[in-house]
Amino acid sequence: MEPVYQTDALIAEDIDAYLVSHQHKTMLRFITCGSVDDGKSTLIGRLLYDSKMIFEDQLAALESDSKKVGTQGQEIDFALLVDGLAAEREQGITIDVAYRFFNTEKRKFIVADCPGHEQYTRNMVTGASTADLAVILVDARKGVLVQTRRHSYLCHLIGIRNIVLAVNKMDLVDYDQAVFDGIVADYAAFAKSIGITGFTAMPISGFKGDNITAPSANTPWYSGPSLIEHLESVEVLSAADQAQPLRMPVQWVNRPNLDFRGFSGLIASGRVKPGDAIRVLPSGKTSTVSRIVTFDGDIDQAVAGQSVTLCLADEIDCSRGDVIAAADSPPQAADQFETTLVWLNDEALLVGRSYWLKLGTQMVSATVQEPKYTINVNTMEKMAAKTLDLNAIGVAEIATDKPVVFEPYSEARALGGFILIDKITNATVAAGMINFSLRRSQNIHWQPTDITRADHAALKNQTPRVLWFTGLSGSGKSTIANEVEKQLNLMNRHTFLLDGDNVRHGLNRDLGFTEADRIENIRRVGEVAKLMADAGLIVLTAFISPFRAEREMVRAMLPEGEFVEVFVDTPLEVAEARDVKGLYKKARSGELKNFTGIDSPYEAPVNPEIRVNTVEMTPQEAAELIVRKLLPLK
Amino acid sequence: MSDIPRQTLTHLERLEAEAIHIIREVVAEAGKPVMLYSVGKDSAVMLHLARKAFYPSPPPFPLLHVDTTWKFQDMYALRDTMAAASGMELLVYQNPEAATRGINPFDHGSLHTDMWKTDGLKQALDKYGFDAAFGGARRDEEKSRAKERIFSFRTASHGWDPKNQRPELWNLYNARKNKGESIRIFPISNWTELDIWQYIQLNDIPIVPLYFAAERPTYEWEGQLFMADDIPRLEQVLGRRPEITMKSVRFRTLGCFPLTGAVESTAATLSEVIQETLLTTTSERQGRVIDKDAGGAGMEKKKQEGYF
Repeated sequence: MEPVYQTDALIAEDIDAYLVSHQHKTMLRFITCGSVDDGKSTLIGRLLYDSKMIFEDQLAALESDSKKVGTQGQEIDFALLVDGLAAEREQGITIDVAYRFFNTEKRKFIVADCPGHEQYTRNMVTGASTADLAVILVDARKGVLVQTRRHSYLCHLIGIRNIVLAVNKMDLVDYDQAVFDGIVADYAAFAKSIGITGFTAMPISGFKGDNITAPSANTPWYSGPSLIEHLESVEVLSAADQAQPLRMPVQWVNRPNLDFRGFSGLIASGRVKPGDAIRVLPSGKTSTVSRIVTFDGDIDQAVAGQSVTLCLADEIDCSRGDVIAAADSPPQAADQFETTLVWLNDEALLVGRSYWLKLGTQMVSATVQEPKYTINVNTMEKMAAKTLDLNAIGVAEIATDKPVVFEPYSEARALGGFILIDKITNATVAAGMINFSLRRSQNIHWQPTDITRADHAALKNQTPRVLWFTGLSGSGKSTIANEVEKQLNLMNRHTFLLDGDNVRHGLNRDLGFTEADRIENIRRVGEVAKLMADAGLIVLTAFISPFRAEREMVRAMLPEGEFVEVFVDTPLEVAEARDVKGLYKKARSGELKNFTGIDSPYEAPVNPEIRVNTVEMTPQEAAELIVRKLLPLK
Repeated sequence: MSDIPRQTLTHLERLEAEAIHIIREVVAEAGKPVMLYSVGKDSAVMLHLARKAFYPSPPPFPLLHVDTTWKFQDMYALRDTMAAASGMELLVYQNPEAATRGINPFDHGSLHTDMWKTDGLKQALDKYGFDAAFGGARRDEEKSRAKERIFSFRTASHGWDPKNQRPELWNLYNARKNKGESIRIFPISNWTELDIWQYIQLNDIPIVPLYFAAERPTYEWEGQLFMADDIPRLEQVLGRRPEITMKSVRFRTLGCFPLTGAVESTAATLSEVIQETLLTTTSERQGRVIDKDAGGAGMEKKKQEGYF
């Protein structure tokens, strides 16, 4: 084997001296990108091997596995070390990100080993999101390929500023400088075209160990650093973050007793000491830091990258989701943004659907507009798109239900990066980066009115409600809602019935029956119902409203308890047998597309406030049951 | 602000900050968290991090020890001391069926781990309704662990689906789960064995004395060296008194005493233990019998079945 990179001598001679040196090591996180054939796993195996992170028993297992299933003949197949899942070893491919660890004299390293295939773009983005540096591997025999471009683009997109172009397998091209120079020139032209301002290129062989830990005698024409030397000298991200203004998203309010109130969080950027003036966002209230509390005693300063608990001099409102920031340069808050999204889920983006958006410690509801364009990650072309599918990258506007404290991702990862979560499946469906906030959201403010919604309701002597009737077409929603309104009217209540068909003649005449249009239909009706409830009315709505997510979206618009979901529970056979409007017949014959229950799903409520069974009850009985459950009305 | 010098955080400072951030996120977002406490060195570090995360409050969740009744006596002693010192509630769970059937590591092989640990853990989580459990696993321990998320989801039957893991970006953890699902959270995922040792040393964290070499009664079993921690009980299960030799030994990991191989050593201080660890030529889990089942995919298979 080649010279081994390790510090054995000091460990054996003076362990305490070794430990002191190790204690002061910094940490660098990097990713390796490349496809199967570029020798990525081999390179990582080599780094682990050379830094003595492979033990004898692992090496013995590796040697026997290499002979059985390896791809390197009788030589050690380092790739087997890093492919951890059974399916990966069987298929000889990397599916998921694996994290590996090794030390050198100067640093501890965490390597995210990312799969290269296009269908694993999401895994690569995951690995890149925490990296300070990316090593992009190119096979010297093949040069810059489509996947080289894709990986470079993704690394640049996620904001990795340190890029290493490792031209691998130099041993297979006789360490020819011309080959290396040609590849570097190709890459430089491409890098410039996508906005990468600088990169470091080096000729290596992961398999033979050239220029990995030390300059190789095989490449006398190369005078740059070895890979390890370079990794040891690059500036780590958290050091740069300290130069920015203070930002600490509050994770948890620490309140063990009445005498102590602290705000716990990870400092995302900047530095802080007792006496510093701070501002709590989004409220804008100011105070000063009185103490920085830790388990090991109060400290007199803290910097980006540390988890601390801050005490403030004044009793001001501050809770999880708020951001403690430097008083003189606070971040902004907004509720509409242009964002770049990477779609991570098998289920495509549903325009208009309400997702959870998590940014820092803030969790809000958010809807995504139709993408402005998507980016072909192989050609960098912008293409028109209606939605985002798995692994798609696109630019789209997002609106949130509450202002979000943010910074553009290009300026600060911690307050610019977010994830979207499906409200029903709870899957993480997208990673997003805020490009900028939209001016319109900053210029439109809430105009306070003197007559409040409570005043409107008091005058009508009732509690506003939205009775949301949901069920299949022909289940009896409109009939029962109509009956309920009649009974409430007799009780001198102020009501209004919004009916699905009627609304489509006016407010929603521009909408069809695609999934996206159905979501927009419900969103508009929800907003109208909310305004009517603000005016003090008891609102009844009769819409199929097939998707749980949209019903939950309307629920979230209203104060707790005012949204009453009424599930008109009629089996499909019964509704179809009734077929009052003849629609089922048309749907069955294919004349009518996207019909709920036939070729479009109906997601029944899980815990409706009221459920009525129209097989066993007449509409009058159902209405009486509903009114009874609503009492008292004030 | 400008008068505060910039400081480069060391790798241990960054790892500590990351772990504390993770632990706080779970408390802020999970319904009913619990910390699995196995009394080993990794658990010791995890508990210490939890105490740091919430100071001056005690960590707002209990400790859970899934006991096999076959742990070393020193482990039981330290467990009770540390629980008291942290101000946290300590829950101890022993699978009643394993107790009734007298399951032991000698007669029942892998069934011992399956029933006491895997089933015991599932039963305990279900019994108390915990939906989020902290564990002290590290990614450098084993191949399939290297691919596991920090927030790792389990189905209602506690199974792990490695091919269907949630993407985990930046430090934004998605703790929302479906009904019946639970989460395992590994705050020290990115720590190595050396990091653990060094952190213990720098923070003066109490650990079980068995990690340090001392003269102890040992016996050989299937070619490996073990410590006779409870000789009468060994005699009862084996039907004979094993041949006991006094030897200077220590342990690299701690589990059930009849399953945890001892190594001959004279490393009696932390520095010496770390030195020995760094100079050793075999990996840490090598002393554990569990990983050798089912060939290379032993741990992955165990995890799919609900092992932690």
